[in-house]
Amino acid sequence: MEITIDLLEKVFARNGLIVAFAAVGLVTWFSYFLSNKLTNGRIHGSAVAITLGLAAAYWGGSVTGGSTGVADIGLLTGVGIMGGGMMRDFAIVATAFGVHISELKKAGMVGVVSIFAGVVVSFIVGAVVAVMFGYTDAISITTIGAGAVTYIVGPVTGTAIGASSEVIALSVAAGLVKSIMVMIGTPMVAKFIGLNNPQSAMVFGGLMGTTSGVAGGLAATDPRLVPYGAMTATFYTGVGCLMGPSILFLIVNAIY
Amino acid sequence: MIIYGVALLSVCMVLGLYIGEILGVIIRVQANVGGVGIAMLLLVLACSHPMFKSLTEGASGTGIKFWSAMYIPIVVAMAARQNVVAAVDGGMLALLAGALAVIVSFALVPVLSKIGTQSEPLPPLDETEKGEG
Repeated sequence: MEITIDLLEKVFARNGLIVAFAAVGLVTWFSYFLSNKLTNGRIHGSAVAITLGLAAAYWGGSVTGGSTGVADIGLLTGVGIMGGGMMRDFAIVATAFGVHISELKKAGMVGVVSIFAGVVVSFIVGAVVAVMFGYTDAISITTIGAGAVTYIVGPVTGTAIGASSEVIALSVAAGLVKSIMVMIGTPMVAKFIGLNNPQSAMVFGGLMGTTSGVAGGLAATDPRLVPYGAMTATFYTGVGCLMGPSILFLIVNAIY
Repeated sequence: MIIYGVALLSVCMVLGLYIGEILGVIIRVQANVGGVGIAMLLLVLACSHPMFKSLTEGASGTGIKFWSAMYIPIVVAMAARQNVVAAVDGGMLALLAGALAVIVSFALVPVLSKIGTQSEPLPPLDETEKGEG
């Protein structure tokens, strides 16, 4: 008996990505089952699946102490490959298949505006919260504000302007909260914010900016909107990294 | 051949990410600037150009459609590998900063969308197709 379990573990470990396909398939089936039985399809199956994924990530992270959710659990390392940046970006690019260039042009200008508006607004919110919690030095306020932009902009900005590691960790946490909130919250608010056409999806991607959050949130709302939202969101982190340590820091520094 | 479509998709992605890296160096930020977005643009351009017709139609197109359809499962896997523990451990400050940023940004979506719709209204998408991707 023990030998058969050992062998099973060996097969799982050697074929991580394939195990991940099977595991995600199972979770997806279960999610659509829950969606149909419990909510009569009102909460979409993919929204349930993403939420279950996040819950599993919390469980995996607390059991192992690692930083990549269930991917830190030996038998499920393949989920790390399947859900990693390479596969995510590959699938996002593939969603652009069938997108009409005219749709992109229509929202091009407002898409660019939304990227800058999104970075500045999230930064201000994060900075104000930092001040509310008693931070008075420009470096910490800027870093936490940058964390509210995305969890990449936070540490990039913090490192560039010399923030303490505690503050950088906080900025990453703020960015992670944002990403997770966008994944869960988007399908809930989609109806109220008019997120039902390519143009508003491009504005949405530009305002939210977190690639993972936008990818998950739009997937759970309407997969056809994904390419439009993803298109603008991928420029957001770059713009944030550009503005965080420079103009935004200078402004905060002038105030404090 | 299915591989032709997959290969086109791959070339677009690598090329886009490469351009994104170069842009990052040019504007001096430690990040890839819009690489995925540029890759998407390249794919859209290739799909609408007659020269690449044989790579995007028929069986070749199926190769791209497969990866497009794998998007949601990949996103589920992505959710399962997030550092949710770190997000929770960040405490009230991280929670408030992240959550309020999301709420304010949500509220701005209809405001900014209005700027565009004044000139070019788009038809709403058909709800019944939801989730077929």
